[in-house]
Amino acid sequence: MATIRCGDFKTSYAKDMAIFDSAFARWCLALFLLALLTVPLYASSYWMDVTNRVGIAIIGAVGLNILTGFTGQISLGNAAFMAVGAYATAYLGAHLPGLPFVLTILLSGFLAAVVGMVFGVPSLRLKGLYLAMATLAAHFIIEFVATHWNDVTGGVAGVSVAPASFFKYSLDTDSKLFYLIFGLMFFLVFFAKNLFRTKVGKAFVAIRDQDISAEVMGVNLFKYKLMSFGISSFYVGVAGSLLAYQAKYISPENFPITLAIDYLAMIIIGGMGSILGSILGAIFITCLPELLRLGASSLSGTFPSLVGLFASLKLGVFGLAIVLFLVFEPDGMAERWRKIKTYWRLYPFSY
Amino acid sequence: MDFFLQLVINGVVVGSIYALVAMGFVIIYKSTSVLNFAQGEFLLVGAYISLMLLVRYKVPFYATVLITLLFAGVLGLLIERLILRPMIGEPVISVIMVTLGLSSILRAIVQGIWGTDTQPYPEIFPSQPVMLGPVPVSRAYLWSMGCVIVLLVLFTLFFKYSRFGIAMRATAFSQQVALSMGISVRFMFALAWAIAAVVSAIGGILLGAMRTGVDQSLALIGLKVLPVVILGGLDSIPGAIIGGLLIGILENLAGGYLDPMFGGGVKEVAPFVILVAILMIKPYGLFGKVHIERV
Repeated sequence: MATIRCGDFKTSYAKDMAIFDSAFARWCLALFLLALLTVPLYASSYWMDVTNRVGIAIIGAVGLNILTGFTGQISLGNAAFMAVGAYATAYLGAHLPGLPFVLTILLSGFLAAVVGMVFGVPSLRLKGLYLAMATLAAHFIIEFVATHWNDVTGGVAGVSVAPASFFKYSLDTDSKLFYLIFGLMFFLVFFAKNLFRTKVGKAFVAIRDQDISAEVMGVNLFKYKLMSFGISSFYVGVAGSLLAYQAKYISPENFPITLAIDYLAMIIIGGMGSILGSILGAIFITCLPELLRLGASSLSGTFPSLVGLFASLKLGVFGLAIVLFLVFEPDGMAERWRKIKTYWRLYPFSY
Repeated sequence: MDFFLQLVINGVVVGSIYALVAMGFVIIYKSTSVLNFAQGEFLLVGAYISLMLLVRYKVPFYATVLITLLFAGVLGLLIERLILRPMIGEPVISVIMVTLGLSSILRAIVQGIWGTDTQPYPEIFPSQPVMLGPVPVSRAYLWSMGCVIVLLVLFTLFFKYSRFGIAMRATAFSQQVALSMGISVRFMFALAWAIAAVVSAIGGILLGAMRTGVDQSLALIGLKVLPVVILGGLDSIPGAIIGGLLIGILENLAGGYLDPMFGGGVKEVAPFVILVAILMIKPYGLFGKVHIERV
C-alpha cells in the first residue's frame, strides 16, 4: 500500500478526478476526524469556545472562497450576510420555538442566500473594484437595517438567541454545539469539494479565469454568478446562524466591517480557490489573536505594558500577516503545504 | 430656510474635505490602478503627528504643517516601495487586501502610540463665528474651505503645466508609452503615493482643527470617500472635487431631514445608498472614463 505517491501514475480519468490519491490519505483523514470527535472530552471551556469559532470560521471561509476564490467575485459584504443568517436564527428561535434547529439553520441559510443574490445582481455589470464597492455598500445598508429595525433585530441593544433545540433536547453548551458545528462543517466542506467536480463548479472557475471566454463557451454569466452568490451566502448564512447559537446574544457589533475583512484575510492567507486553503486560513486567523493573548499574558510579568497594548498589537500583527503573505506567498498556505509535500515526495532524491 | 442653508454650508465644508481625500485616492488610482483602502489612515496619521508636534513639542503651527507633510510624503514613498511595488501585476483582490492590511498596520501603530481616547486638538482658529448672511459659520470651516480651494487649484495647475504633472498624466494614460518617452514609471508611482499621503495629511490637520479633537473615527473618512470617487468617476480629479461636494451636501441634507424619521444614522448610510444607485445607473460616474472591454 503506497503511502505517498512519488509521481503521477494515474491511468484513468476516474483516478485523476479522485479526491484522495491513495487509501492511506483516506485513512489518515478518517483517523483525524475520529480524533477530532474526542476533543470535547478533554478540552477546557476556553479551548472549546475557540474550537467552535474555528469551525464556524471554516464554514464562512469556504463559503466566501466559493464566491471570491473560485468565481472571482470580490465581496466585502459577507459580514452582513452572516448577520442576516444570525438575525434570522434569533427571530425564528423567538417566534417559532418548536422548530427543530436543523430547519432553523437551513432557513437562515436560505434567507442569507436570497439577500446575497439580491446584492449579487449588480455583479453582472460590475467587476473587480466596482463589485467590491457595491458589496461594501451592501454591508453598510444591511448594518443600517440591523440597527434600526427594532422589532426584529432589537436595534443597537441586540437580541438574545434561544439555544438550538430539537423537542426536549437542547444544545446549550459549547461541547454539545461542537458536534453540530463540526457535523455541518464536514458536510459543507465535502459539498464544496465536490461542487468543483461538477458542471456548475467548472462554470464558476471558467467565469473567474475569463468571463468573456466563459460566455462565448456558453456559460450563462448571470445565472452562474447569481448561483455563486447564492451558494456562498448560504454558507455564510449558516455560519452566521451557528455564530448566533454560540454567542447566545447578537447585536450589530458582532458583525462589523472588520469581520468581512477577517474573512477575506482567511481566504487570502489560506489560498484563493482552494478548499484546504480556506480551512487553513480560518484556523490561522481565528487562532492568531488567541496565541497572541497567550504570549502577551505569559510575558506580562516582564513587560507589564504589553497588556494595554494588546488590542493594537493584535491589529498590527493581523495587518502584517496579510501584507507579508501577499508579498512573499501570494498563493497562500495551501500552496506552501503543496510545496512541502512535493519536497518530501521525492526526498532525498529531489532531482 | 436657515436650517437648509446651515445644512448646505456644513455639507460644503465636509464635502471639501472629502474632495481633498478623494483627490489623493484618484491620484493613486489614476497612475497606479490601485484602490487604496488605507487613505483614511493616512489622514489619521497626519492628524496625530501634527497633534503631537503642536502639543508635546510646542512647535509653531506653520512649522508643524511643514513637518507633518514632509513626514507624510516620506511615509507614502516608503509604503509604495515596501508594500505596493511587489504587488504590481497581482490580481485586484490581492491589491485591495494589501491596502486593507496596510490600514490595519497603520491603525495599530496609531493606537499603540496615542491610545484610543479622543485627544483635544489645540485651538488654531479663533472660535468667534463669522456671519455669512443669516448663518453663523465657524472660522475653522472657512479656513479649511479656503485651504481646500487653494490646494485644488494648485493641483490642477500642477497636473496641467508642471513637468512632473504631465509625466504623471502620461503614465496614467499608458505606462508603455510613458516608458518609451523616458519617463520613470517607478518614480511616478512613488510620487503618486507621496502626493496622496500628503494631501490626506492636510485633510487630517484640517479635520483635527475643525472638530477640535482627534480620535480613531477620523479613519472612517477613508471609506466615506468611496461613494465620492464612484460618483465623480474613479479616474477624474474634477470628478473627485464635484463628487466630494455633492456627497457632502447630500449626506447632510439626508441626515438633517430624514434622521427624525429613522431615528438617526441616515447621514452615515446615505452615501452608500447613493453609491449603489450610481453603480446601477452610471457605473463609471459623472466624469470617469468609460472602460470598454474588447476581446
